[in-house]
Amino acid sequence: MHGSPEEFRAGISGFLGGYYLFLAAMNSVLAFHLWHNKHKVAQACVWVVVTFVLVAIASAAMGGSPPGLPAWLRDDVNAATGPVVYSVGTTALLAVLYLGRRFFVRPMVAWSGLNLALVAMGFSMVDENFASIVTKPDNVPIVGLVFLLGFFTWLATSQAVENDDRAKQGLPPKEKLDNEKVLVWPDLVYTELICMIALTAFLIVWGIALQAPLEAPASSVKTPNPSKAPWYFLGLQEMLVYYDPWMAGVVLPSLIIFGLMAIPFIDFNKKGNGYFTIEQRKFSYLIFQFGFLEMWVTLIILGTFFRGPNWNIFGPFEYWDPHKVLALNNVDLSQYFWVKGMGRGLPKAPPGSGLGTELLWIALREGPGILLLLGYFLALPPLMATTVFRKFFVKMGFIRFMLMSNLLLFMAALPLKMALRWTLNLKYIVSIPEYFLNF
Amino acid sequence: MSIGEMIRESQVWKSIFRHPMPQDRRNRIVVMLTNFFLHLHPVSIKKQGIALSYTWCMGGVTFFLFLVETVTGVLLMFYYRPTLEWAYNDILSLRDVTSLGILRELHRWGAHAMVITVWLHMYRVFLTGSYKPPREFNWVIGVILLLLTLLLSFTGYLLPWDQLAIWAITVGSNMARATPILGHEGPGQQLLNIQGIDMITNASDARFALLGARFVGEETLNRFYILHCIAIPLAVSLLLAIHFWRVRKDGGISGPL
Ligand code: HEM
Repeated sequence: MHGSPEEFRAGISGFLGGYYLFLAAMNSVLAFHLWHNKHKVAQACVWVVVTFVLVAIASAAMGGSPPGLPAWLRDDVNAATGPVVYSVGTTALLAVLYLGRRFFVRPMVAWSGLNLALVAMGFSMVDENFASIVTKPDNVPIVGLVFLLGFFTWLATSQAVENDDRAKQGLPPKEKLDNEKVLVWPDLVYTELICMIALTAFLIVWGIALQAPLEAPASSVKTPNPSKAPWYFLGLQEMLVYYDPWMAGVVLPSLIIFGLMAIPFIDFNKKGNGYFTIEQRKFSYLIFQFGFLEMWVTLIILGTFFRGPNWNIFGPFEYWDPHKVLALNNVDLSQYFWVKGMGRGLPKAPPGSGLGTELLWIALREGPGILLLLGYFLALPPLMATTVFRKFFVKMGFIRFMLMSNLLLFMAALPLKMALRWTLNLKYIVSIPEYFLNF
Repeated sequence: MSIGEMIRESQVWKSIFRHPMPQDRRNRIVVMLTNFFLHLHPVSIKKQGIALSYTWCMGGVTFFLFLVETVTGVLLMFYYRPTLEWAYNDILSLRDVTSLGILRELHRWGAHAMVITVWLHMYRVFLTGSYKPPREFNWVIGVILLLLTLLLSFTGYLLPWDQLAIWAITVGSNMARATPILGHEGPGQQLLNIQGIDMITNASDARFALLGARFVGEETLNRFYILHCIAIPLAVSLLLAIHFWRVRKDGGISGPL
């Protein structure tokens, strides 16, 4: 966002005024619904109070002083932001939501969570740095994605919890209750018609409210900093921090596509077909959620909102300073082994030796890493088959099991490499720059 | 006779719609069978299969967005020439000169929305376990559709030919340089050489095939334009036809057995 701080404040105040009024309206509708349809007067009163608080905030915003977060808090958040805090934090958050799902899916709890998230967002918008990245036209859809994912995850989880409770009582899933047949005309075609009209209206409003971005004409000499891929590929761009392009840009994306396709052929569990459930397919549920929510979506959020110039990580309220310098001194495993461990130089082929000799010397130099990788990809699967995944192995057969275990190992390769980078500053496990082969 | 009835009784109306406005049960069944568009659907369906809480309507929304993109895309093609000379200026005048000034907005936000809804659709299909037998293959087709949706978005991103466009595509396509064996900076690229002559150079590798040149330039614009407007939409249409057909053949929307 350009212009002086005063202009920014005036602009954001008007926007936030409308925003809080909208939230207030949302809560008042709920209060009315609870009181009128559900006869829950006490609960309705709570949301009436919330409505009034929101109206008060809205009027403060319209008066030109929207409440924001205190400076110390923003500074603390900025200072705490880093890859470790972010990754561990989001994983922990998802884990808490998952473990406490019975509590979190209760409509009033979920609604409170939504309100809190929206108000926190409003408070943060007062910060110019925060507002400028969140309201970038191409970033708005990602804000939408976050809220949509929250909503649909809640919708799915609450139905899964209900079905899991029913299963415990020996009842069929609730989807089974709606077994009667209805005619597609009118029941389905009218729903579709309404959906289409609503969507068209929504797109038109969005199109009028937000202009599609157009920057300066293309120039192959002026490289923007940061240069970002389109937002849906930012997860892949984030992997570039930890892996070379041949892995992050080619092998891992291909494996994601291939792995997705393989899911129906790996998952041998017959239960949970055609209804929401978690308990009956915990393993596949957790793996998918980890892959989708944690490794795909949160990396996109990280790439969009937190990665600034020079691909440095910035706090949500931090100015994107292109001169911010972070010392990088990452070390290869071969360095660790030969130089730090053995106290000698890296093995090197004597000058003038032939190709074969040279390859042998490279193999020796990278020996520790190569052994580690061989162990990881070749020794772990049989080990898994005979220990933790014993039952799986028996049910799946050799080929299926090998497919699954290798895909899982590749999937785990990313968080493992991240952890190694953060703890040991490890750069490459195997580093053969002579042949562009770094892992 | 009301005006509505007069229209519906006219010869022209009757020649187009093979069946009168369905008002009773029999006709509501027949209309589904005799209308070209409606026969995509079955005649009747389990109530659970159309519950919004179950399907989220996300597949349908994605399909609708694909149609929106097709229509707005065709309209945009009237105004846009994929050359270095014109591309950027045409986009500029779309904003400043052309009437119905939100065409580009509809197309761009529709594309973002489609990426999001296709993910949500996949999410729903996964969470209801709908990829399990007999729907395994339709899931596979879905994954290809997901990939094609992303590629549609990606190829379209270049067309405005502004800084955002070429650098995003540069970052994205640089990866192809590192394709194992086929990229000129990929591991194993040395393997493809004949009598010491490297077959994989920056003018013959995977990235070159994608860009039509050694960097993002006019050839790339042409290539991405054709992929974006013709090749990928055709592929998507074909796969969608199979996808919908399989939904029916696999026994309709999934549900508890
Ligand atoms: C361009 C993208 C796509 C479109 C337009 C589309 C459209 C649809 C529609 C309209 C349905 C009917 C049920 C519903 O609306 O949920 C459906 C079902 C289905 N889709 Fe897609 N889809 C797309 C991509 C995908 C993807 C990415 C996947 C999975 C990776 C997928 C897997 C399936 C499966 C397995 C079904 C059957 C579900 C059931 O019977 O409950 N589709 N699709």
